[in-house]
Amino acid sequence: MPTTPSTNPSQVPLHQRRAAKVDRLAELMGERGDEGHGAGVWREALQRMRRSPMAITGAAIVALFVVVALLSEFIAPYGATSQTWGGEVFPNRNEFVGPRAENWLGLDHLGRDMFSRMVIGARQTLLVGVVATLVGFLFGALLGGAAGACSVLGGRWGRQVDNVVMRVIDMMLAMPTLLLAVTVAALVGPSLTTVMVAVGVAQIPIFARLLRGAMISQGSREYVLAAEALGVRRHRIALTHILPNSMGPVIVQSTLTLATAIIDAAALSYLGLGNPDASSPEWGTMLSEAQRFLSSAPSLAVYPALGIIITALGFTLLGEALREALDPKLRK
Amino acid sequence: MTTSTPLLAVDELSVVFHRKGQGETRAVDGVSFTLEEGRVTGLVGESGCGKSVTSLALMGLLPDRGVKVGGSALIRLPDGEQDLLKVSQRRMRDLRGSQLAMIFQDPLSSLNPVVPIGVQVTEILSRHRGMRGAAARREAADLLQRVGIPDPTRRLGEYPHQLSGGMRQRALIAMAVACRPKLMIADEPTTALDVTIQAQILELLRDLVTEEGTALLMITHDLGVVAGLCDEINVLYAGKAVETAPRGPLFADPAHPYTVGLLGSIPRLDAPRGEPLTPVRGSVNDNIAWADGCAFAPRCDHYTMECLQGPPPLVGASGDEEGPGHIHRCVNPVGRAGPDRPEPETPAAASEEERG
Amino acid sequence: MLRFIVRRLLQLIPTLGGLSILLFVWLQRLPGGPEYALLPDDATAEQRAALRRSLGLEEPVAVQYLAFLRRITQGDLGTSIQTGRPVLEEFLLRFPATFELAVTAMLIAVTAGLPLGYLAARRRGTVLDFAAVGGSLLGICTPVFFLAFILKVIFAERLGVFPSAFRLSPGLSRTDITGFVVLDGLMTREWDVVTDALAHLVLPGLALASIPLAVITRMTRASVLEVMGEDYVRTANAKGLHRTTVRTRHVLRNALLPVVTAVGLLAGSLFAGAVLTESVFAFPGIGSFVYEATQNRDYPVLTGFILLIATMYVFINLLVDISYSLLDPRVRAQ
Repeated sequence: MPTTPSTNPSQVPLHQRRAAKVDRLAELMGERGDEGHGAGVWREALQRMRRSPMAITGAAIVALFVVVALLSEFIAPYGATSQTWGGEVFPNRNEFVGPRAENWLGLDHLGRDMFSRMVIGARQTLLVGVVATLVGFLFGALLGGAAGACSVLGGRWGRQVDNVVMRVIDMMLAMPTLLLAVTVAALVGPSLTTVMVAVGVAQIPIFARLLRGAMISQGSREYVLAAEALGVRRHRIALTHILPNSMGPVIVQSTLTLATAIIDAAALSYLGLGNPDASSPEWGTMLSEAQRFLSSAPSLAVYPALGIIITALGFTLLGEALREALDPKLRK
Repeated sequence: MTTSTPLLAVDELSVVFHRKGQGETRAVDGVSFTLEEGRVTGLVGESGCGKSVTSLALMGLLPDRGVKVGGSALIRLPDGEQDLLKVSQRRMRDLRGSQLAMIFQDPLSSLNPVVPIGVQVTEILSRHRGMRGAAARREAADLLQRVGIPDPTRRLGEYPHQLSGGMRQRALIAMAVACRPKLMIADEPTTALDVTIQAQILELLRDLVTEEGTALLMITHDLGVVAGLCDEINVLYAGKAVETAPRGPLFADPAHPYTVGLLGSIPRLDAPRGEPLTPVRGSVNDNIAWADGCAFAPRCDHYTMECLQGPPPLVGASGDEEGPGHIHRCVNPVGRAGPDRPEPETPAAASEEERG
Repeated sequence: MLRFIVRRLLQLIPTLGGLSILLFVWLQRLPGGPEYALLPDDATAEQRAALRRSLGLEEPVAVQYLAFLRRITQGDLGTSIQTGRPVLEEFLLRFPATFELAVTAMLIAVTAGLPLGYLAARRRGTVLDFAAVGGSLLGICTPVFFLAFILKVIFAERLGVFPSAFRLSPGLSRTDITGFVVLDGLMTREWDVVTDALAHLVLPGLALASIPLAVITRMTRASVLEVMGEDYVRTANAKGLHRTTVRTRHVLRNALLPVVTAVGLLAGSLFAGAVLTESVFAFPGIGSFVYEATQNRDYPVLTGFILLIATMYVFINLLVDISYSLLDPRVRAQ
């Protein structure tokens, strides 16, 4: 029996009319294109980031940097220390070699291939950034997490532990850590490890404060009270509810710290704390070595400087985009 | 009832938000109502139905970019009739605070935390009434006194965080009535307050309306507030008024299923024990575009095929005696067996079918 | 108010005490001990032992700490290896130069950063906003010493519009009253000295200002954006107040609160940042001196500088708290 939109609906059987009604409703509601309900915070953030030009630019830069750093052996045409063209460069006579077919970025002041050194330097720079960030993240999260957990768990004991840890963190903030690192280097001699540890230690109080703050603000949320009322043990709440929910700002900070670490490492190189090992050049060291020739051969400094600036920019853009994507205020 | 022209006549007001990459949202979709002097008109609906956006549109407080406002809102001012939606921004700034005033929902966040209450009251006096110095402060103290704030001179020097919630809302009301506006809009003014304070604030508003002859547009989701305060009520759903009626008929004989649903959701003291509340199913997000049919249909127990064929027209409530003041927007109004209702589907059967 | 300040001052005691312990432990733990740092590598064992005794390193730790505490509270930061003069004296001699530079940098950062951040927020999404945000990100990501070199090469060496080194052009005579060149020049009406000194401050000032400028711009923008969305700004508009009243009394008054904190903390970081900038421009301040110290292992100067920075940081924090409580009645009440 054909169900044309009849002039008299009562002639059509009841169940068919109901089915048509439901179908029509479903069709109309389907047009509204529901946005995925119930997706996790992180998945939502990722979706927002995919639409953000800032995040895309940052991710592209970071991806390029990481690929170059990981595959540097295969990309670099020459070794970092090979002075094949040593006879063509005379810094004291202001004779330098610019970009040419066999040396894409020209030669440095010792006649080494700039392009190869940049590519190999990418790995060293990434290494410094990652290790320093890890140092800051691990120790900072440990300190901040302990303080935050103690504060959330409460009690006189907990609050006192929190207080003590916070005073220590405050003191660490007051110390110019990079200069402490310089004193170390002045005594034990410069090395890559000193740079990484020094830069990382400088970040510890920042991570610690962030995580503690986030945990305390999470700790006063209603769901914590609800879990407590349901009889979940407090340290279990701290571990399984509060801590995971507090990691957002810390992860954003890690991304931003990768940028800071690379810049700070460059500053340490400038202060004479850089890695003296020429076979594993790092952009900061290359930059501070090239300062001397800035007026005669600016490109020697400009390449590593651009490397640092662009990479740091990439991490910063990514971190800022992530922060925006996770910000509950901007979510709607 | 009143034969004179209304103070404010809102006609087919629409507000469309444009968002980058998300298309447009019709927050208000053709709302019409009138306000009379000395009377309280209610705008009722769930959150998201467009009632706050309506008030912001009338006050000209919507963001400049990404919003399109349509329709008209004719207001009778001392210097002639004007369309609030068309006046210049400069003129609107002159009108706001002097002819139009607004009271917001959250009194704490609506007050500047770092500026003393006194300054926040006197600044409106100096802006619109040219009062300065001691005279302005005296008037500010009088205003605070009038809205029931004790020890007003001392309060002038205090900051919002030093006041209680009720006092803050009173201070905001003092600012709103400072220039004796013709029209006052109150956007859920009691939601953030305790019940006892709520009653006090509502009484204060009622008194101000009767004493000053101000027209009050009361925006609320609370039918208790409506019952106690409003003379006329507009029920909004998904950006459209679905039913408009004076207070009595609306509560006694609601026509639109949504109004019925709202009324059924209130716990009543006089209901027999054990009688279940009848909530409205789903949420305000479960709707269809008005252009396709009745937006309430997905949540309605009574909807038929006709509900899904284009926007339902506005009709007078037929079959009862309350007169022309009662109109609604439903093809199958409740308790009014129209000629186009041949199929007596029981609500229970219909909902069962959809759930299954 | 006075009570608040006194209480905050008392709270400083444990922090400063802890700092001194931290620094003392740090000195104790220096690899090989200070005698290795102070003596040449080929020094004999007797020489080392003699130095240890003369430094009091054979005493019990508690006694050493108390002696250390007594020395630093009396302003004795040791003797510079480079110059053979007391570290504190060297610092005081160079303080006016660095202070002038830091003030210049902060003035640049605040006078440019506040309006820029405010306008970027007001014109959100426009070219100006994009340029302000992009520029400040770039400023944060550029190593300061590299920026200093670039400024020097371009504006001093290539274009020659600003001097590239020192506080004053050589040969310019001036009357020294306070050590602050600009101030002295103003007091004695030696206008040539004032303009010359200001010209010398421009490039290092710009380089040192880069990070604070970027931070202030971004913070102001974010803060203004947040405040513009607040309910009380809507209330102010609903009251029909003039735009300027809304923008100053209601938006800026609130938006500047977090910026004040940032400015205070940035001011503290300027002295540390001066190490990188001053050395590039051979600017004769504490920064250059400390840079020399890093190159020459002048370790009393380095520890003295660390102590100086840490103390400054603590006191600037106090100042920030006090000014914050003056600006925000909610804090005052607590």
